[in-house]
Amino acid sequence: MSHRQPPVLEINNLRVEYPLANGGLFTAVENASLTIQPGEIHALVGESGAGKTTIGNAVMGLLEKPGRIASGSIHIGGKLLDPTSGSADGVVLGRDVGAVFQDPMTSLNPLFTVESQLTETLRAHLKMDKAAARLRALELMKSVGIPEPERRLKAYPHQLSGGQRQRVVIAAALSCDPTLVVADEPTTALDVSVQAQILKLLRDLADTRGIGILLVTHNMGVVAQIADRVTIMHRGRVVESGPTAEVLRRPKADYAKALIGAVPRIDMRLDRFPVVGDEAKGRAADAREAIRAKAFRADTTVDGTEILSVENLCVDYVTSGLIPGSRGHRFRAVDNVSFKVNSGEVFGLVGESGCGKTTIANVVAGLVKPTSGRVLYQGKPVAGEGGVRRVGPLRQAIQMIFQDPYSSLNSRIRIGSILAEPILFYRLAPSRAEAERDVAQLIEAVGLDADSAGRYAHAFSGGQRQRLSIARALGARPRLIVCDEPTSSLDVSVQAQILNLLKDLRDATGLTLLLISHDLAVVRQMCDRIAVMKSGKLVEEAAAETLFQSPQHPYTRELLSLVPTLDRIRGETESAT
Amino acid sequence: MNTLVSPGLIRRVGAPISVMLAASLALVIIGCALLAGWIAPYDPTDLSTFDLMNAEIPPAFTADGDSRFFLGTDNQGRDLLSAMMYGARVSIAIGGGAVLLASSIGVFLGLIAGYFGGKVDALIMRIGDVILSFPTILMALLVSGIARALFPQAATAEWAPLILICAIAIHEWVQYARTVRAATMVETAKDYVKAVKVIGLPSHRIMLRHILPNVMGPVLVIATINLAAAVLTEATLSFLGVGMPPTYPSLGTLIRIGNEFVFSGIWWIALFPALTLVLLVLAVNVVGDWLRDRFNPKLRVKR
Amino acid sequence: MLKVLLSRLGQAALVMLVVSAVSFVMFRYVGDPVASMSRENASIEEKQELRRSLGLDQSVVVQYGRFLKRTLSGDLGISYRNQRPVTELIAERLPATLELVIVATFLSLALGIPLGVLCALRPNGAAARIVQAVSLIGISTPTFVTGIVLILVFAVSLGWLPSFGRGQVVDLGWWSTGFLTWSGIKSLILPGITLALYQLTLIMRLVRSEMIDVLSTDYIRFAKARGLPLRYIHFRLALRNALMPVITVTGLQIGSLIAFAIVTETVFQWPGMGLLFIQAVSFVDIPVMAAYLLFVGLMFVVINMAVDILYAVVDPRLRARSA
Repeated sequence: MSHRQPPVLEINNLRVEYPLANGGLFTAVENASLTIQPGEIHALVGESGAGKTTIGNAVMGLLEKPGRIASGSIHIGGKLLDPTSGSADGVVLGRDVGAVFQDPMTSLNPLFTVESQLTETLRAHLKMDKAAARLRALELMKSVGIPEPERRLKAYPHQLSGGQRQRVVIAAALSCDPTLVVADEPTTALDVSVQAQILKLLRDLADTRGIGILLVTHNMGVVAQIADRVTIMHRGRVVESGPTAEVLRRPKADYAKALIGAVPRIDMRLDRFPVVGDEAKGRAADAREAIRAKAFRADTTVDGTEILSVENLCVDYVTSGLIPGSRGHRFRAVDNVSFKVNSGEVFGLVGESGCGKTTIANVVAGLVKPTSGRVLYQGKPVAGEGGVRRVGPLRQAIQMIFQDPYSSLNSRIRIGSILAEPILFYRLAPSRAEAERDVAQLIEAVGLDADSAGRYAHAFSGGQRQRLSIARALGARPRLIVCDEPTSSLDVSVQAQILNLLKDLRDATGLTLLLISHDLAVVRQMCDRIAVMKSGKLVEEAAAETLFQSPQHPYTRELLSLVPTLDRIRGETESAT
Repeated sequence: MNTLVSPGLIRRVGAPISVMLAASLALVIIGCALLAGWIAPYDPTDLSTFDLMNAEIPPAFTADGDSRFFLGTDNQGRDLLSAMMYGARVSIAIGGGAVLLASSIGVFLGLIAGYFGGKVDALIMRIGDVILSFPTILMALLVSGIARALFPQAATAEWAPLILICAIAIHEWVQYARTVRAATMVETAKDYVKAVKVIGLPSHRIMLRHILPNVMGPVLVIATINLAAAVLTEATLSFLGVGMPPTYPSLGTLIRIGNEFVFSGIWWIALFPALTLVLLVLAVNVVGDWLRDRFNPKLRVKR
Repeated sequence: MLKVLLSRLGQAALVMLVVSAVSFVMFRYVGDPVASMSRENASIEEKQELRRSLGLDQSVVVQYGRFLKRTLSGDLGISYRNQRPVTELIAERLPATLELVIVATFLSLALGIPLGVLCALRPNGAAARIVQAVSLIGISTPTFVTGIVLILVFAVSLGWLPSFGRGQVVDLGWWSTGFLTWSGIKSLILPGITLALYQLTLIMRLVRSEMIDVLSTDYIRFAKARGLPLRYIHFRLALRNALMPVITVTGLQIGSLIAFAIVTETVFQWPGMGLLFIQAVSFVDIPVMAAYLLFVGLMFVVINMAVDILYAVVDPRLRARSA
C-alpha cells in the first residue's frame, strides 16, 4: 500500500475497573493491547471471566455502569476514544462501528419489521429518506445472502430462522459501511451448518470490504477457521497474542498451551484430555473402587453384552396449532429409531439441534412416553403399563445427568441431602449414618472434598456442580447413565476435566454411558460407538474410528466437513495430518 | 421502637430506613389491634358501657372535649378510640383470614396446575379466568348479597366475618394460583426436577419437598400486597353497608357512620378511622413493594 | 389469529353461561320469582296464573331455558323496590355510569402513562420519587376515603364543585349526557378523579415496571449499539414494547372501573348502575341484582374480547405467519 491507513482499532494498555458495592475494586481488564488492520479478523479468546466481552463493550462505549476505563487508550480509525463519554470525535457508534451480538432472537425487536429495524439506522445516521433507505436495506439483505429479500423485509423477526436473523443483525451492523465490526460470540447460538455459513460471510466481508472485525469468542475452532490473528486472555490479562497459525500450533504461555490442549480433537482419539492441575488421584480412586464394589454386588451382566435396546422408537409432539386453521400440528421428533448399546461402552448420539437426540435420551430415562416402539433394558421394557412410570429396579438402573449445571441442583437443599435422597429412597443404606458415609464417598469419587455435603449449590462453580450431579446419579447405583450434553455449558478446560472424570468412572466401575452431544470432537474422544441423527432419523451408526475415518452417509460427511476445528487453521500452508 | 431492632438486623435485612419505619408502623397498629381486648379503654361491643347521652363528643384535645374519651365518641356514645382498636382488629382479622384462605387454595391449585399441566391445568386456569373476569368488589358483593338473602342471620356480627373472608378469598386465590403455576412450570422445566423424576420420586414428594420451597418467594410478596388489598376490600364492603354491622364495626363501618355526620361539622367519627386505615394499608404496601423489588432478579445490580 | 379468536369466543360463551346460571339461580331460588314478575297488588288469581305460565312446576333445565329466552327478549323482571321493569331502570342509569367510566379511563391513561415513563427513565430524580410516594398513598387509600376528602376540600370548604348528583343533563334519544352542559361537566370532575385515582396509580406502576424491564433487554442494547438517538430509543421503541401489557390491563381495568363505580356512585350519590346495585343489595332486591350481574358480565366479556383482539392485532407474534 502506498498510503498507510491507520489501524482500524488500536488498544493500548487498557485497564477497566468496576468499583464494588463494598468499596473494593474489581479489575476486569488489565493492561490489554491489540491492533486490528483493515480487512483483518482478530479473535479475542478466553474462558468466562477472561475480560473479552468487557473489551468489546469498552470499544463500543457500552461499558455497563459502574465500570469505567481507568487507564490506557482506545483508538478507532486513529481517533481517540474519550474514556468518560465512551465516544470519539468523528466516530459514531452504529455508523463507523458496527455490533453483532450473540443471540439474534433477542437482538431484534419482536414488534418491528426487519425493514424498519434496518432502515432506522440508515435514517438516523445517513439522513436518508424512506424510499432511499428501503433500497439500501434491500441491497444489504442481498449482500448478506438472505434469499427473497423483498419478502423478508416485511417480515417480523420471529418469522425468520436463526441463521437468517443473524444475517439481518449483520446487515444492520454493516448498514452504514463501518470500518470496524465488534462481533461478540456471533455463532455460539447457531447450529453447526448455519455457523459455517455465517463464518464464511464474515470472512468474505473482511476480504471484500476491508472491514476490521474484532471477534470475541470462546470457541477455538472458530478462531482457527477465520481469524488472522488471535489474542488469548485469562482473568483480565493478555496471555498470548499473534498470528493464528503460530499461536495455535506453537503456543508459548502455559495457560495458552493448556487451553489449546483441552480442546477436544476431532482428528484422533487420545486416552485422556490433557489438563493442567488434575484433582487429587489417591482418594478419588479409593472412593471409586468402593462404589464399584457396592454397585456390582448383585449384578451379573457381562461386559460387552447388550444392555439397552431401542426398537423402532417414534415420538410425536402434538402442538395445539400456533399455525392458524389447523387443529393440531403433529411434529415427529423421533422417527423409527433403533439401536443397541452394549454393557460397559460409551455410546454417542450426535446431531444438530432439533434432530431428536434429547428426546431419545428423555425416553430412555423415563421422562417422556414414546408414541410407538419400545426401549428394553436387559430385555425388559423400560416403560410400565401406564406409559412412563418405570418399575423398581429399572428406575434405579438408569440415571441421567443434564446440560445446565446451574439448574440441575436444587438451590434450597443442602448438597448432602440432595445426594442422600436416592440412597434413602431405594433403601440402599441400612441407616442414615451409613447413607451419609456413602454420600461422602460419592463426593470424593467425583474429586471434591467430603465437607461439600454441608453446603448449598450456589457455593460451587459450574464444573463442581456438574461433578455433584454425577455424584447424585451414581448414588442410585445405576448401570447406565444417560449424559445429555453434560459439558456444553462449561468452559473448555472444565469440560476436559469433567470428560476425564466420566472416563475414569467408567473405567473404574464398568458403567455404560449414553452420551448425547452436538460436538463431534467430544464424541470422538469419548465414545466407542456413535449414531448420527438428522431430523428425527438415525442416518448412520458405526464404531467411532470407522465413522470418523470413513463416514458413509452424505450427511455425516457434511457434518464433519463443517465443524470448525484446530486441524484446519487459516493461514497455514502445510496440510493437516 | 428501635431498641427492638438491632443494627445487625438492619444490616442483614438491608432495607432502607423508610421501609423499616413503615414496618414498625404496621406492627404498632397491628399490635394495638390484636391486643385491643386488653388495652382498649372501653369495650365498644358491650352495650352496657356506653350511653346515648355521651353521643358525638369531640376529641379530648379540642375545646368541647371530654378527657374520658381521647378521640371523642360516635353517634351511639361509644368511645371512638376503643371502637377503632376493635375495628382495626376486625379489619385485620378479616383481611388476614382472607389472605390465608386465598393463599392456601391458590398455592395448592397452582402447584398442581403447574406440575401436571394438561387438562388439570386447563381446567384450573379456565375457572380462574372466569373468576378474574369480575373484579373483587363485585364478587364479594355478590357473595355477601346472596348470603344475606339466603340466611338472614348472615348480616349479624357472628357470621359476617366468615362470609366476608370467603367473599374476598373467592377472588383472590386466582392470583396466587397463577403466580405459583408460572413459577412451578419454570421449576418443573429445570434439570433438578428432571433428575428427581429420573430417580423415581413420586409426584407429591417432588412438589412438596423440591418445588414448593422454590416458589414460595413470590407468594410472600403477593401475600403482603394482598393483605393491604383485602383490608381495603373489607373496608369498602363495610362502607357500602354489606360488611360488618354497626354493632361490631370495622374501620369501614365506622367511616360509613361518620360519613353521615361529616357535613354537619362532626368530623372526627370519619377522620380517625380513615386515617388509621390509610396508614395501616400504606405501611403494609411499603413493605410489600420493598419485598417485591428485593426479590426481582432484573433489578439486581450486576457485578 | 383465528385460533385466538375462536378460543376467546369460547371462553366468552363459558363466562356468560356461568353468569346466566348464577343469575338464574338467584332469580328463581333465592328470590321469589312470582313476586319479581308481578306487581305487588296483583290478585291471588293473577299470581296463580303467573305461576303456571312461568312453569315453576317444570324441571330446572326447562325453567333455565325459559329464563334465557325471557332475558334475551329484554324482559328482566320487575324490581321489588320500585316496582318498575328492571330493564327500564338499567337503561335509565347506564349512561351515568358509562360517562363516569369514560372520564376515569381517560384520566388514568392520560396521566398514568406519562408518569410511568417519567419514573422509569429517571428513577432517581426528584419528580420520580414524589410521584412514587403519591402513588403509594393512592394505592393505600380506599376510593370512598378519596371521595370524602375531595368533597370536603372542593365542595364543602372551597365550594368550587358540586358534591352530589350529575348536574344538568341533556337527553339525546335514549341516552342522557352530562358532557354538554357546564354543570354536567363540573359534576363529573370530582367523581371522575375519585374513580380514576386507584387505576391511575396502577397503570403508572405497571408502565414503570414494564419500561424498566424493556430497557434492560438485548434488543434495546442492540439499538444503542447501532447508535440510534436516545430519545428515539425511549419513546419510539421501548415505549411501544412496554405498552403491550398495558393494553390488556386497561381492558381489565375498565371492567374494574365499572365495579368500583359502585363505591364512587355511593359517595357522590351519582345516579348510575352502581348505586342502583348497592341499593338492591341492601334491600335484597333480587331481580335487580340478578339483572345487574347479567349485564355487567356481558360488558366485561365484550370488553375483554375486544382487548384480546386488539392485542392479537397489535402483537405481530400472534398474527398469522406469512413468511
